[in-house]
Amino acid sequence: MPSATAPARSPAGPMIELRHVNKWYAEFHVLRDINLNVTRGEKIVICGPSGSGKSTMIRCINRLEEHQQGQIIVEGVELTGDVRNIDAVRREVGMVFQQFNLFPHLTVLENLTLAPIWVRKMPKREAEEMAMSYLNRVHIPEQAKKYPGQLSGGQQQRVAIARSLCMKPKIMLFDEPTSALDPEMVKEVLDVMIELAHEGMTMLCVTHEMGFARAVADTVIFMDRGEIVESDRPSEFFSHPKSDRTKLFLSQILGH
Amino acid sequence: MATIPDSRRRPTAPPIRLSLGDPFVRSVVYQVLVVGVVALVIWYLVSNTMANLEARKIASGFGFLGREAGFAILQSLIDYAPTNTYLHALVVGVLNTLLVAIIGIILATILGTLIGIGRLSRNWLIARLCSAYVEGLRNIPLAVQLFFWYAMITENLPATRQALHPLPGVYLSQRGLVVPVPVYDPAHLWVIGALILGVIASIAVGRWARRRQAATGQPFPTLWVSLALIIGLPLIGFVAAGAPLELDRPELRGFNFRGGVTLIPEFVALLLGLVIYTASYIAEIVRSGILAVSHGQTEAALALGLRRSLALRLVILPQALRVIVPPLISQYLNLTKNSSLAILVGYPDIVSVANTTLNQTGQAIEGIGMIMAVFLTISLTISGVLNWYNKKIALVER
Amino acid sequence: MTDVAAGKPIPGLMQSRAAQWVRANLFSSWLNTAITLVIAYFLIKVLVAVLSWALFNAVWTVENNNTQACRAVQGMGACWAVIAEKYRFILFGTYPYEQQWRELAAIVTFIALYGISAMRRFWSLRLLYVWIAGLVLIGVVMWGGVFGLPVVETDRWGGLVITLILATFGIAVAFPIGVLLALGRRSDMPAIKTLSVVYIEAIRGVPLVSLLFMASVMLPLFLPEGVNINKLLRAQVAMIMFASAYLAEVVRGGLQAIPKGQYEAASALGLSYWQKTGLIILPQALRLVIPPLVNTFIGLFKDTSLVVIIGIYDLLDAAKTTVNTDPEWRGFGVEAYLFVSIIYFIFCFAMSKYSQHVEADLARARRR
Repeated sequence: MPSATAPARSPAGPMIELRHVNKWYAEFHVLRDINLNVTRGEKIVICGPSGSGKSTMIRCINRLEEHQQGQIIVEGVELTGDVRNIDAVRREVGMVFQQFNLFPHLTVLENLTLAPIWVRKMPKREAEEMAMSYLNRVHIPEQAKKYPGQLSGGQQQRVAIARSLCMKPKIMLFDEPTSALDPEMVKEVLDVMIELAHEGMTMLCVTHEMGFARAVADTVIFMDRGEIVESDRPSEFFSHPKSDRTKLFLSQILGH
Repeated sequence: MATIPDSRRRPTAPPIRLSLGDPFVRSVVYQVLVVGVVALVIWYLVSNTMANLEARKIASGFGFLGREAGFAILQSLIDYAPTNTYLHALVVGVLNTLLVAIIGIILATILGTLIGIGRLSRNWLIARLCSAYVEGLRNIPLAVQLFFWYAMITENLPATRQALHPLPGVYLSQRGLVVPVPVYDPAHLWVIGALILGVIASIAVGRWARRRQAATGQPFPTLWVSLALIIGLPLIGFVAAGAPLELDRPELRGFNFRGGVTLIPEFVALLLGLVIYTASYIAEIVRSGILAVSHGQTEAALALGLRRSLALRLVILPQALRVIVPPLISQYLNLTKNSSLAILVGYPDIVSVANTTLNQTGQAIEGIGMIMAVFLTISLTISGVLNWYNKKIALVER
Repeated sequence: MTDVAAGKPIPGLMQSRAAQWVRANLFSSWLNTAITLVIAYFLIKVLVAVLSWALFNAVWTVENNNTQACRAVQGMGACWAVIAEKYRFILFGTYPYEQQWRELAAIVTFIALYGISAMRRFWSLRLLYVWIAGLVLIGVVMWGGVFGLPVVETDRWGGLVITLILATFGIAVAFPIGVLLALGRRSDMPAIKTLSVVYIEAIRGVPLVSLLFMASVMLPLFLPEGVNINKLLRAQVAMIMFASAYLAEVVRGGLQAIPKGQYEAASALGLSYWQKTGLIILPQALRLVIPPLVNTFIGLFKDTSLVVIIGIYDLLDAAKTTVNTDPEWRGFGVEAYLFVSIIYFIFCFAMSKYSQHVEADLARARRR
């Protein structure tokens, strides 16, 4: 593996570090002085009202978005304009999107093997075997030959998770993975995510599924207007929210 | 067309049932009625035509095809003289149509793709220029554009003696565009052979590379190796044969050019018009095809660690092409049909040759019938290709 | 790709909006800057050449059709005198000179009809009556013979009004035929379906030029001896045949977009085929296809220029005649065709902007 990807820190150090990160869309200040450390195996749930910058923040971590000030360091690699650094980080960081973003012109199996074959340079048969093992883990091995359009939303999202796992990422980013799903499909996706958490994956998850946060999160972060307002263990976060903004938000999403 | 089907028929139900129930009988009655009316109209027209032809003493039939044509044709890909038959002249016309259509399709695709991508450019100047091109040229009839280009060439370009000379050996004047052509040498056959060999070799390399990648995971720079083979082999052959490149350079002799190949103004105007007009449509097709692939697809590919070039090749282009190819093919068909406007600038395509023929022989029905037959053949061929492509996509999709 | 490298200060805070815009859109990278500069260089060169031809070196008027001045600058300066001198001929053709206001009135009526039809608040049955009244008015004004207007035969009509007549009547007559063909093509009666498909595909498979030839040469043969229809009507027949096949495909697209549930719901109410089609399906389908209908109309409007081939005196033919037959003005085609281009452009551009506007409206309505 090229030196750029080799972890430069001890396993105990933070896997992801955000230091004083700022970002603007033209005049609009989307991220305000974000500081965040994520250690190996940590599960972080990020919540907050829409437009609060939570998706933008995790999209900065694999540089789908560029930050303009501050530092983002992933596995010892700092994200700058350098394409090699971006490639190195993206190989180690998996991402699951709200809209699944499966490739409609490829079968489920081809969706899963595309990146291992072209990025990891894996032999096809090996990639397919691995893909089948991940499809087993997300409980849909029988759908391998189908096209994404033939699957339900929940199945598609599980395929998307398996697709990310095929790259054997060290970190998984989830950007509202259940928001586009019908209610009865949310559980099957959350179950897969919970299994993944129990296996020790480092996870950053933007979601409003507070049950999920309670079950697996080590830390819950509340963001509003581009800032991290509050960050705490879930037990504390839900029982004793400190700021008024957090209280208001929690009352809105839990109160019904 | 006036049919009043039964109210109980549902669109989802099979139209014909085995029992001779009410809907079936009605359906048959209406169809017989409509077909009968159509047949009656056709019979009426045909009988009138027969009477008219008899009154004008025109013998119908294709016997005239074997007679001497007696008119000259401006441009011909095969040997032709006025003493040849009408059939021969018509073949020349068909070849001229195909020539301008094929070259037009290639150039319009290139220009249209560039402009379509240009409209999506982040550079404001490029994007605006390309938009202006599309908006401007789509909204002016092709016929007007053809007249314009023809007038531009024949009126505003200098006479042959003061011909514009933009590149060595290339002359542009009222008489058209004159370009040098290589003089034939036996070595050229070897070069063509090497080219074919290069194409075959690169196909073989592509297959081998795919198999090797499947087995070992190692990708192979197929594109570069193929390019090297396709360009390199003929080049080696060319140099090995002593690089026999003697150009037949055009020279001004008196009032005209000797040597080289002259593209007559009629051809240049028609080609310019067809390419520029069709490109404005192709540009829109390319643009909307690219826009049809959602941004999420790019992001997902990048998030998986694919480089931008790989994401384009494996994820974005295959999806964009599905949207682009079908309307693109119908633009090709349009260009071919529009080449019939050749008659406006006097380019001898099938329509103008057939028109001259029917004016001379009075065989109007046969002449127009042949024009339509030629274009219908081309249209059906192209729509056959389109159906095949659509079916292929549908199979992959589902 | 990396517009602003990480860690750099934010440009928005220190530069004016305009400077920021220029930077982002023209000079965002070295490559972009180079492209901008190269294009700007050529653009300025072309602009200077065009402007010096069209404005600075141009001849605007000449005395007594004496085109010496124009000939002297040909190739370097435009001869707008050809427009100044001949615009009435190009716009109105050979219509009697003193009566040309009548053609102008017809053109204005056409434009008014288009304008009214474009406005949604006039979309009702009354619009149909307005159209009938308008077209009758145009007919009366053009032919004359009443109210002391001298009669003008159709073979003297010419110019822009011919273009408008061919396009408007073409689409108006072709529309119902197109709807019937579209319904026929979707019918489950095999004979009717086959006839519709053969007609539509045959017409779409051949160029309009061949249909125009057919109409001008073969139509007289089709009719019984002694029946003679004039050239304009023959061209109109060809345009109608042509337009109806294309309209049929547009309407079919709309019919296909109607969900099956609509057919089922209509059947469940016990409506007959024609009630179902006329009351439920067509109103929805036609609304969906307004943008492609306008585009088909634009296409037909442009295609009317092809009647030049069979010698109908439309806008383009009038321009062509001016620069081909008049010895004084022979050879000023570029100027005349530019003039004609601008007229076509104004009509087509306005219609295409309108169709884009309707399309955006429809898309918004669907999202809601």
